[in-house]
Amino acid sequence: MDAFSTLTSNAVPFARDNIDTDQILPARYLARPRNDNHGEYLFRDLRQAADFPLNRPEWQAARIVLGGRNFACGSSRENAVWALYDHGVRAVIAPSYGDIFATNSVKNGLLPVVLPEAVVQSLIAATEADPNAQITVDLPSQTVTGPDGAVHHFEIDPFNKRCLLEALDELAFTLTHAEDIAAFERRIGRENF
Amino acid sequence: MTAETMFEKIWNRHRVLEREDGQTLLYVDRHLVHDGSAPAFEMLRDRGLKPRAPERIFATPDHYVPTDTRDVAAIENDEYRGMVESLEQNAAEGGFALFGLKDGRQGIVHVVGPEAGLTQPGMLLVCGDSHTSTHGALGALAFGIGMTEVAHVLGSQTLWQRKPKTLRITVDGALAPGVTAKDVILHIIASIGAAGATGYVIEYAGSAIRGLSMEGRLTLCNMSIEAGGRAGMVAPDETTFAYLQGREYAPKGADWDRAVERWRALASDADAVFDRDVVLDGNAIAPMVTWGNSPEDALPVDAMLPDPEAAPDPARRAAMQAAFAYMGLTPGAALTSLGVDRVFIGSCTNGRIEDMRAAAAIARGRRVAEGVTAWVVPGSAPVKRQAEAEGLDQIFLAAGFEWREAGCSMCLGTNGEIGTPGQRIAATSNRNFRGRQGPGVRTHLMSPAMAAAAAVAGHITDIRGLEG
Ligand code: SF4
Repeated sequence: MDAFSTLTSNAVPFARDNIDTDQILPARYLARPRNDNHGEYLFRDLRQAADFPLNRPEWQAARIVLGGRNFACGSSRENAVWALYDHGVRAVIAPSYGDIFATNSVKNGLLPVVLPEAVVQSLIAATEADPNAQITVDLPSQTVTGPDGAVHHFEIDPFNKRCLLEALDELAFTLTHAEDIAAFERRIGRENF
Repeated sequence: MTAETMFEKIWNRHRVLEREDGQTLLYVDRHLVHDGSAPAFEMLRDRGLKPRAPERIFATPDHYVPTDTRDVAAIENDEYRGMVESLEQNAAEGGFALFGLKDGRQGIVHVVGPEAGLTQPGMLLVCGDSHTSTHGALGALAFGIGMTEVAHVLGSQTLWQRKPKTLRITVDGALAPGVTAKDVILHIIASIGAAGATGYVIEYAGSAIRGLSMEGRLTLCNMSIEAGGRAGMVAPDETTFAYLQGREYAPKGADWDRAVERWRALASDADAVFDRDVVLDGNAIAPMVTWGNSPEDALPVDAMLPDPEAAPDPARRAAMQAAFAYMGLTPGAALTSLGVDRVFIGSCTNGRIEDMRAAAAIARGRRVAEGVTAWVVPGSAPVKRQAEAEGLDQIFLAAGFEWREAGCSMCLGTNGEIGTPGQRIAATSNRNFRGRQGPGVRTHLMSPAMAAAAAVAGHITDIRGLEG
């Protein structure tokens, strides 16, 4: 995974609410190893429709996704993040996410930006009017700059921000606290409930 | 002392350390693992690590197992067989317990945990699967995690979490005949929406909830994730203790008495404050059926389909139009007018013994309608044995249902058991997403009795019109 700092790209819109991870990565590709290019399976079934956004030439290389409410809800499959990442997507902008997807994203170098619905709507409208409209996502300053130059601040958990900026190996980091964990285990003994 | 919710009591007891930025390192008591977890073991191996606390890990294959044989070598598809075999290998290398395909305890991980007594009140339990919320039915804090987090738990027995908010959903009243836990949770999701509980841990309370059996509470908590909830919980009580006592991994003797005493203290304090409260009337709940591609698209079975054109919000209208097209629906038609091609009774939502009994009560003395294929897939090997001891398999077989081996089966179809495009399926599982049961397949969620009724009638049917 690459560290995330700042990114300027056009964006591909998936405006519908409640797009679930079964759509992003259909279950029949769940047994593929991680080093398989998961970009191949991204929205594999929805892509069968000729007018699906990913089929538009201008949007094929977009590195930002604009999503509807509750984007990537449902199954915990991290493969949905891998599909977006392998396709080249590095940031999603949506009003809200499925919890587990948002957590999985930051552990894989994909930034899930939360912006108010009206702002996301305006970005989708701008993108539909001009598929090449450029959006900048800047993590250090926590801002999204729209094609019209308007700057929108977003919130992100400080630890998640650090994970993304440093491409932090969280497990290695946690194991620097191995002594705290061992102390906890000594204190609770075998059972803790 | 300040009043605490059950969630806060469990959370506080599992804090290893807290960072200034609000992240908490939590200790994991139980880690359940299934046959889709291979990538996590790969991540661990890449770092030269082994599972830190194998005695806290329990595994069983469910997602990739066939439901017509118990022989791993007989799985023809290399990918599926590979997933089951890699779990066996990881268990052997990691030194943790595996309830394999021929073990009498195998089953869907969320059926197996409570059934084996592995899930206990007050525990922090995780699994790399979103329906881990199921286990909260026993008063545990249980939630699903992704593969990187699974690797993190394997390697450190801990997890970084930011404290979620708390939501209490109170359902008071008496459930009408024919109304089950499945109808209660579909009603809740229809009321608060598929993202209604995002960012929250749900505690279910009220007389209608307390009146549910353990099986019913498991069904209820299972679908918390379908409302966006991180977890769902029910306070442990006599129902919980009676269910757990004597199970393989439950405490025994004096340990049991001490445990029950601790568990009694877990319930939320009377004056504990929740971040949000939702109150629903249990008396008003009818048997529910979903019509669309989100579990929030649920209606009482005797309702008419809505008209997408009448939806005032343009986004909602577009979503409804897409769902109507995919599901092959006509605005204004009666839900009961929808014919079904297949029926699937099973899954971690409704694959327990009570579900088998409820479906069998409808199947008894009836026949599956001409042209309908109906499957009953027990959630675990013990459920299957128990059902057979009660003669339920004979009732199903005599009625023309197929009686299969335990596994996830058609809930997700990762073992290859899927429908064909355009088929309409009455299912007792938890997701009616597009393509969930196969590309182009149309899924309607409902309770086991309702699914059995759909099988014998050949169309969606109001259970209240049938005598059990
Ligand atoms: S039964 Fe369905 S929802 Fe449950 S664990 Fe299996 S695939 Fe997931």
